[in-house]
Formats: sequence, C-alpha cells, structure tokens
Amino acid sequence: MTALAVRFRFARSGYGKVGLAGSLFLLALIVIGPFFAPHDPAGIVGIPLQRPTGEFLLGTDGLGRDVLSRILWGGRSIVGLAVLATALAYLVGASIGLLAGYTRSIVDPLLMRAMDVLLAVPPLLFLLVLATGAGRSLVVLVLGVATVHVPSIARIVRAATQEVAVRGYVEAAVARGERTAAVLRREILPNVLGTVLADAGIRLTASILILASVNFLGLGRQPPAADWALMISENRGGITLQPWAVAVPALLIAFLTVAVNLVADAVARSLGTSTDRKRVAR
Amino acid sequence: MEDVSFRVAPGEVLGLVGESGSGKTTTALALLGYSRPGVRIVGGTLEVAGRVLSGLPEAQVRGYRGRLISYVPQDPAAALNPSVRVGDQVAHMLRRHATRADVERRVAETLELVQLPSSREFRRRFPHQLSGGQQQRVAIAAALVCRPSVVLMDEPTTGLDVVTQANQLAQIALLQQELGLAIVYVSHDLAVVATIANRIAVMYAGRVVEDGPAAQVLSGPRHPYALGLLSSVPDPREPQQLRSIPGVAVGVGDRPTGCAFAPRCAQRVAACVETVPPLEPASDERRVRCFEWRETPALAHESRIPLVSRLEGKAALLSVEELRAEHHGRGGTVVAAVHVSFSIAAGECVALVGESGSGKTTIARCVAGLHAPARGQIVLDRAALAPLAGGRTREARRRIQIVFQNPYDSLNPRHRVAESIARPIRILRGLSRRGAEAEVVELLERVRLPARLAQRFPGELSGGERQRVAVARALAAKPDLVVCDEVTSALDVSVQAAVLELLAELRAELGLALLLITHDLGVVASVADRVLVLEGGVVCEQGPVLPLLSHPEHEYTRRLVAAAPSLTRVPTGIP
Repeated sequence: MTALAVRFRFARSGYGKVGLAGSLFLLALIVIGPFFAPHDPAGIVGIPLQRPTGEFLLGTDGLGRDVLSRILWGGRSIVGLAVLATALAYLVGASIGLLAGYTRSIVDPLLMRAMDVLLAVPPLLFLLVLATGAGRSLVVLVLGVATVHVPSIARIVRAATQEVAVRGYVEAAVARGERTAAVLRREILPNVLGTVLADAGIRLTASILILASVNFLGLGRQPPAADWALMISENRGGITLQPWAVAVPALLIAFLTVAVNLVADAVARSLGTSTDRKRVAR
Repeated sequence: MEDVSFRVAPGEVLGLVGESGSGKTTTALALLGYSRPGVRIVGGTLEVAGRVLSGLPEAQVRGYRGRLISYVPQDPAAALNPSVRVGDQVAHMLRRHATRADVERRVAETLELVQLPSSREFRRRFPHQLSGGQQQRVAIAAALVCRPSVVLMDEPTTGLDVVTQANQLAQIALLQQELGLAIVYVSHDLAVVATIANRIAVMYAGRVVEDGPAAQVLSGPRHPYALGLLSSVPDPREPQQLRSIPGVAVGVGDRPTGCAFAPRCAQRVAACVETVPPLEPASDERRVRCFEWRETPALAHESRIPLVSRLEGKAALLSVEELRAEHHGRGGTVVAAVHVSFSIAAGECVALVGESGSGKTTIARCVAGLHAPARGQIVLDRAALAPLAGGRTREARRRIQIVFQNPYDSLNPRHRVAESIARPIRILRGLSRRGAEAEVVELLERVRLPARLAQRFPGELSGGERQRVAVARALAAKPDLVVCDEVTSALDVSVQAAVLELLAELRAELGLALLLITHDLGVVASVADRVLVLEGGVVCEQGPVLPLLSHPEHEYTRRLVAAAPSLTRVPTGIP
C-alpha cells in the first residue's frame, strides 16, 4: 500500500466522506464565491433589513448591503486568518514540543515552564489586551491567535514525542550518529503526525471561534469588511426583522466547524490503524 | 481451529504446543466455553469431569468456570487486578461458591499449597508489592481455590527468569501429584513442556498435527512439523547445529487447501496438497495428521564445533577495559556493571549471559555508543572510542552495528524497508541514493528475504521478517562487529532458529564478529564461541563455550545451567 493511499484511507469511512464533502463545499464557497457575488459587498444597494427577494436572494443587512454577496466574500478572512494562525501555531508549538520531548537536559523544563506561563493567560483576555495595546492590524490578530495555541500544542507534541523517543528505531538513528535535528525530523516527526492531525481539526475550529469572538467584539476586522462573524455582530439588532443576515453566517461557521472536525477525526482514526502490529502475517 | 480432539486424565499434564498463530490459546479458552471477540465456537463437544459443557448457555457455563475448570492466564502482572489486594483476589472465586467463614480458611490453605505465606499481612498486599514469581503463584492459587478438576495454564512462566521458571515448574508438578489435577499446559516452548508434560499435542495452523505420550513424541516425532520444531530447539548443554524449517509459519487465515504444512514439507506428495490428512492412529497411544508419516526421518542432532581453537593468538578487534556503567534515576544511582573486561577477536562470537538486571544489555549499549560508561574504556583496533556514538568517528560508527531485541520497535513504521536499510549506507558509507538502493536488494537476498519486501512497510511484515530486516540494516554498513541484543527473545522457536542460523552463516561468509546478549543458554550453545556469565553487573565466569557449559565452575553458572530447561534432562532447580 503506498504512503499516499494510506493517507487517503480516511476518506473511505462514512464520517470521512461527509466531512470531506462538507469541507470541500465550503472551501469552494470561500475561494470562488466572490466570483459569483451579484453585488458589491460593501455597496449600499437596497433598503435596509429587507427579507429575501428576487434581487437580493438573502435579503439586505442593516445598512442596505446585499447579504448574499457579503456571505460569498465573508468566508475568506475568517477562514484564511484562522488557517494562517493555526499553521503558525503548529510551526512554533510543534518545534518546541519536539525539542522538549526529545531532550533530557534542562531545556525541557525550561521550555515547558515558559509554556505554562502562557497557558495561564485566558485567550480572549490576552487578545483583547494585545489588540488594545498593539493595534488592530491583521498581523497582530494572527500572531495573537497563534500565541494562544502554542502552549497546548507544545504539550501535546511533547507527550507524543516522549512516547516515540524510546523506540528502537530512534536509538538506531542515534547509534548511527545522526544529529538531533535529523532524528527529530526523520524519525520522530512522522510518527507524531497522527496525534498532531487529530488535534489540528479541533484547533482550527477553536481558531475560527476565537477570531469570530474577537471580530464580534469589534477588535478584529472592522466594518465595512465582509466577515461572517462581523455580520453576526452587526446585524443582531435587526434579527427579528431580518434573521437571515445573522442566521446564515452563524450556520456556515457551525457547518465549517463540524466538517473540519469530521475530517480530522477520520484522519486520526485511519492513521491509528495503518501501522499497527496486528496486521502481522503469522 | 478445527477438528481438535483430545482427552486428559486426572493427574495428567497435557502439553499443548504450537507457535503464534497455531490456535493453541484459542483452544485453551474454548475449553472454558469462552471465545474471544471475533471468534465463535461452532461445534464439537466439551466434557469436563463428567459434565457436558458444550451447547450450554453462557450463564450456565460461567457457573462452572473456576469451579470445575479454571484458567491461569499468561502474564501474571496483567492478570492480577492492581487495585485489589492479593488475598481478596484469591478469595473472589470462593465468595460465589462458599460461606464467609470458610473463605478465609480456604484462602490460607490454598496459599500454603502454592508455597506462599498465608499470613494476614501477606494477604493484604497488592500485586505490585510481589515479585514476578509470587504474582504467578497468586494467579495459580486463584485458579485452585475452588479445587477444580481441570486447570488450564497459558504459558504461565513467560517473562520469568530461568531459575524462577524452574521453581514454578517444579511447583506445578507437585500440585499435580497432590491434588490429582488434570492440567492442560499451553506453551510454545518445547523445552519447558518437556519437563512437565505426560502427553504432548502439537498444533499447527489451527489443527492438531500430532499427539502422544511426551517421551515418545519428543524422542521420535512422526509429523514433519514436529520434527522440524524439535530440531530448532537449542540444547543448553550440548552445542548443536540448529536446523530451521524453510518457509514462513501459516496463520489460521491463510491456510492453503490440503495439509497446512505442505508448502514447507520435505516429504509432501500430490495427495497432501489436495486433501487435509485426517488425524489417524500411528500406534497404540499416538496419532498423526500426515499421509506420509512413515517416511519421517529420525531425530538426529548435528554437533557443532565452536571456533575457539582456530582463533587462539589472534589480535583483539574490540576490547572492553574495566567498564563501569551506572543508571542515574530519581532514587539515586544504580550500578549496572562494574569491573567488566573482555575482548572480541575478529570473526569471533562472544556471548554475554545473565538474568534480567545482570547488566548485559547496558554493556551492549555502551559498546554501541548508546550509553556513556562511568569509568573504563572501549577500544576498537587499539584506538579508544568516544563514549557516545555522536562523538565517535564515522568509521567507528560504521564498524560497530547493533540489532535490537524488539522487532516490532526497531524499524520506523513510517519508512519503507528499503529506506530503513539504505539509511546506514548513505550516512555511514557516504553512497548516493541510487548507489544505496542497488545494495538494498543484495542485502535482502543475503538475509533470505524476497526483493519485493523492499517497498513494504514494517507493519506488513511478521516478527521474523522484521528481525531479518534489522539484521540487513546492520549489515548495510559493512561492519566488523554486530551487537545482537536478545535478538531472538521475541520470536517463536522455529523463527528463532532461522535467525540464529542466518547469523551463523553470515559469520562464516563475512567473517563478522558477534557480541551476543542473551539469557538463553541454548542460544549460547548453538552460536557462541566464548561466554561471559554476568550476575548483578559483575563477570563471574568467562571462557570457551563447551567446557564452561559442561563443567561450570562458579556457583551462579552452575545454578543457571542446572535451571535451564532442555529436552533431554529435567532441570534440578527445585528449592
């Protein structure tokens, strides 16, 4: 069985299929949606808070902008930023975790105590303070969300690394005289990937929700930007008149969360069984 | 498994022998009327002490378990509940079938029966406060407390060191006589079974292939598989040439039509491939499942001549001088080995023998550069080596290679076999990727593995195959010395013989020196030229294999040799 086939085996399970379909649909929505937007998302094109009509398929929002166009444009920022922040968090967190888990010197406790300090700070509070202090640019936002994730990623990766580091093949590499970086990259990282991927789905979801909360509180993206979370915040006042402007973005965020998690679970399950010893030909 | 039938009389021990995948544990559990998840009992009758158990509903059968027929599981540490006191665990079975007042008395009685203290203090201990041997006795006591008629023992001495194992076996023999129990003893270790069984039944691929009185089966097996198995068992007292069975053991799922052993059998005829041979009587008390059983050759042992005489005067390749190795833990420093000195000449095979905790693995790791010694040095060709592999020169790293004990652990599950083997070639000999790949095929051939395995992942290989890949990886660097750390402990007897045979051949072909770490004297007798016996980190005796094993001088060595189970002599390790 080729490595690629093993990696895509998750798509055979029921959950995997549903999750994959959902994620791909949303990805399409986010990436090519803007090309189908009938109106300018920032332009005021109609009477505010109108229910869906032929011209405005999802109605208009509190300022008279077309909800559908804003929906089609609004996924990019929230998902794009969440993916970026999560990826950055993994880059830093996994490196810290690998190093801490592998070394038996004082570096391990030093790194982990630093992580503990970060972990002690409530995420939202941290972001609010950061936004207030360092400004509301996108860079700050991404860095802030990434920082929130780094300690827990480091912990998870460290635990997985410690389990793998005692295996025979790692010792064989040490006996060959391979440097630490090479051992971490070639021997250990591929074997903790399963744990990392299982965690990634949940973490991406958390990033989306943190970003949504920050936007909702007005400290992230600013109007007139089209952003699902911002839309929820902007239009909740008119929910009784025009529920679609709030309901649709909220449902899309929820949908994305579920789809990503289904895929992550299916991947983790398939990785968990691809290399077990029970498939031994005895 | 299918078509399994046998009888066990009271006071008799039936040894159920087979390797992994033979169905022996499934058979043992089926005698309890129990099947593991995924397995179903679909036919046959089971009668225990006059009561028919087959065909009864689960609830009724459960009532008989422990009372009529009980089970001693394989790993005592895992079989005992770590949160329940020892006395309570033994008493548990009784509580269902006896009154409270009786319980304490019976528990005390049973504990004494297995030679454990019956004091209140002992009964209040937890399993982790007992030694391995004691845990096993508790498990046996729990099985005996209701005085069943039949006891099933599933490899109860696995994981125990040789001396403890000898004691346990003597214990079991005593119990059998005292209580008149019928015992079914499941094991893959023929030497152990030889010491206590009255009758032996050999299983292969889910069927019984031979059964009969132990002495007869062991001295003159009629089924080719039984013959092959017996030729693979190393005898600790007489160095003999091991002959392995060609081919790979067949699991129940891959059984071919006809006789399951036919693909590996030297005596097969056309009929063997078409129909399954029935289990027919070969004599009064013996049955064999083979069409050609009359043609089976006699069991013959080929003696082996260790290399000592040819190596005298040769310069040492590796010498270990006054080695002291320590382990630093939270509880302080433990000295694993002290004042250890020995040397290995080019092409020589030196064995380090000892029980667990004797320091042999630590010494091996020092030689391989995985553990820094506290004192002393390791010298390769008159140049002292840096303590850890990272500090050694590439040449030094190349010339000493190590093969680990656990084949399921020593290969990276994410790398294909070809990549695992090619890595040392690229790192230690500096060849390019393409150059390394070309050699991989050659190396696989050398360890007798088909070239198509190169693109497989370790998860798709059996234990024996993985160990061969590990050997190929060690050979890839073209070393002068290979350290073998208990390389056969995790393997079945016949696979063990195959790997040892391979190592012996490679030594002859390539002039490799071997440092063999093992607790099994049989392995030492079959492969080594010189032996070092370790006890508690100190070398108590060393010398050439033949004289040392036949006339041990040190008291510890004598104990080891006496306790080692062999097919020919009963061990005398009885307290």
